[in-house]
Amino acid sequence: MSAGVSVTAIPAQTRGWQRDLIGISVILIAALAGYFLFPNNLALLTRMIAIMLLVLSLDLVTGYCGVATLGHAALFGSGAYAAGIAAAHFGITEPITMIAIGAIGGALAGLISGVVILRGHGLAQLVLSIAIIHLFHEAANKASEYTGGSDGLSGISPDPILGVFEFDLWGRTAYVFGIVLLLLVFILLRILVRSPFGMLCRGIRQDPVRVSAMGASVKLTLIKMYAISGLVAGVGGAFNAVSTQVVGLDSLSFTNSAEALVMLVLGGVGSLYGALIGTIAFIWIEDLVSAANPFHWLTIVGALLIAVVLFAPKGLYGTAATFVERYRRGAK
Amino acid sequence: MQTFFSIGVDALAYGMILFVISIGLSVTMGLMRVINLAHGAFAMIGGYIASYAARDLGLGYGLAIVIAVLGTIIIAVPLERFLYRRIYGAPELTQVLMTIGITFCVIGLANYVFGPTLKTIPLPAGLQGPVDIGFRTIAAHKLFAIGCGVVVALGLWYLIERTSFGVKLRASVDNTAMAAALGVRTKIVYAASFALAVGLAAFGGVIGAELLPVEPYYALRYMVTFLVVVSVGGAGSIPGALIACLLLGAIDTTGRYLVPEYGEFFFYLAVIAIVWVFPRGLMGRAK
Repeated sequence: MSAGVSVTAIPAQTRGWQRDLIGISVILIAALAGYFLFPNNLALLTRMIAIMLLVLSLDLVTGYCGVATLGHAALFGSGAYAAGIAAAHFGITEPITMIAIGAIGGALAGLISGVVILRGHGLAQLVLSIAIIHLFHEAANKASEYTGGSDGLSGISPDPILGVFEFDLWGRTAYVFGIVLLLLVFILLRILVRSPFGMLCRGIRQDPVRVSAMGASVKLTLIKMYAISGLVAGVGGAFNAVSTQVVGLDSLSFTNSAEALVMLVLGGVGSLYGALIGTIAFIWIEDLVSAANPFHWLTIVGALLIAVVLFAPKGLYGTAATFVERYRRGAK
Repeated sequence: MQTFFSIGVDALAYGMILFVISIGLSVTMGLMRVINLAHGAFAMIGGYIASYAARDLGLGYGLAIVIAVLGTIIIAVPLERFLYRRIYGAPELTQVLMTIGITFCVIGLANYVFGPTLKTIPLPAGLQGPVDIGFRTIAAHKLFAIGCGVVVALGLWYLIERTSFGVKLRASVDNTAMAAALGVRTKIVYAASFALAVGLAAFGGVIGAELLPVEPYYALRYMVTFLVVVSVGGAGSIPGALIACLLLGAIDTTGRYLVPEYGEFFFYLAVIAIVWVFPRGLMGRAK
């Protein structure tokens, strides 16, 4: 159903785990490289991690289930606000508890938006997803007593992690905390998409009628996946709240949702690595271009999107993987 | 009573403008099955061209409308030929991305060329000020917008139901392959209806400039509204789109008048409710 995505043939179980180990070590090396190469840009890298969690979560529903949505920031923002409100109004400032609260908030938002969005197909689905994000946005704006409205929610001051690691001015603790969270989520998602449940989701993306003929409930599966996706996005949102100590209305914006989709497509739909690579590439280009000329930022995103759709529909990761595959075949 | 009447007129004018802009989207979506998020961008281009023609070149309002419609079509036809034609029949995600990419490009370029400020299109003397319709006075440009909406609806109905082009169009909508086999040149039908849709969008963008002000983020701000209209009305249905526009215009305007502090909360709530009950739109046909 979705963008001509290639599902790479499922490798033999053992080789898969080897590849995962390589993948995880690549992420670790990249994280270390980021820490030592850009010590003054850790805030940007930390934001990147939060957005990566959002894009990973979007990949779960768009890449693995084939649901096109422009309202995924609703899940991210709910997580951020859940954690932020818990800290600012209820005095729950233990960072790990805050992340857990954010995850629950995100999962609830995922459940709600899953139930609503999956009601429609095609255009109706898209419109429902857009309506959802606007509804969440307006609701957060209106409930300014709790959310701070358009001023944003401030006054979040998380305790040291585990009572030991304090959040420092340079954002080192936040960065390391983020990397640990990201790795944890990544490993869990790797297990999830390989599980029978993950395969069922892929099956639904390719042929929902056939899956329901085999006796599985398509809608229930998708709603479950939506809740899981909400959990991941909620962790991302909560982490953003913990690391930046503010939650803005823009975390619940349509633009945020659309950008997440752009990042996912840029990296490659239907692959967890694609989600990570797309986020890095997008935020990096954004940083470069908006430093050079903020006016052209939108034009460049647009051109980038058109180019990706026309010339690399599999995204950066997918295209690279195809090249590697071809090279291997040539070598044999 | 006063409020009630103002809401009614505003809702009708707003609904009619929505109709003129989004009916083209509805037709192309029904025909080519393309989810065109860039439709609002064409309305915006029309608004900019008209503003340039009327304000900077000092041309008349009528002439500005004609130039805007033609200019937008001239810009849009190459886009159809080189970009849209590649995504006919493609998965939704591809279509969404391509058209949102076009929207972003148009916004960025409009911002660069015309600047971030609001552009006005000066109204001719005849459309300024109020008009007395016996028991009440209403703004002339709103009356004009309502009139345009009615004319467009009737004109489209005639075109689609009574002319040979309409027959070919409906045939292509129902079964493209069969229509092509019977000698209908579907590519030309596609291009012509795309041009018609874009022209109507530009027309709506110009006459609606008083209510939906022309600025670079126009394309993104109202994109949702136009999509909602099509989705609520059912793609490809003229009566459906008309009902949807009037209904949504009424909900939105009432919300703005009575509970302005809630913004568009009720509008989106209503959208979710309607789409929930009618997933294929009010007048949509089953697949």
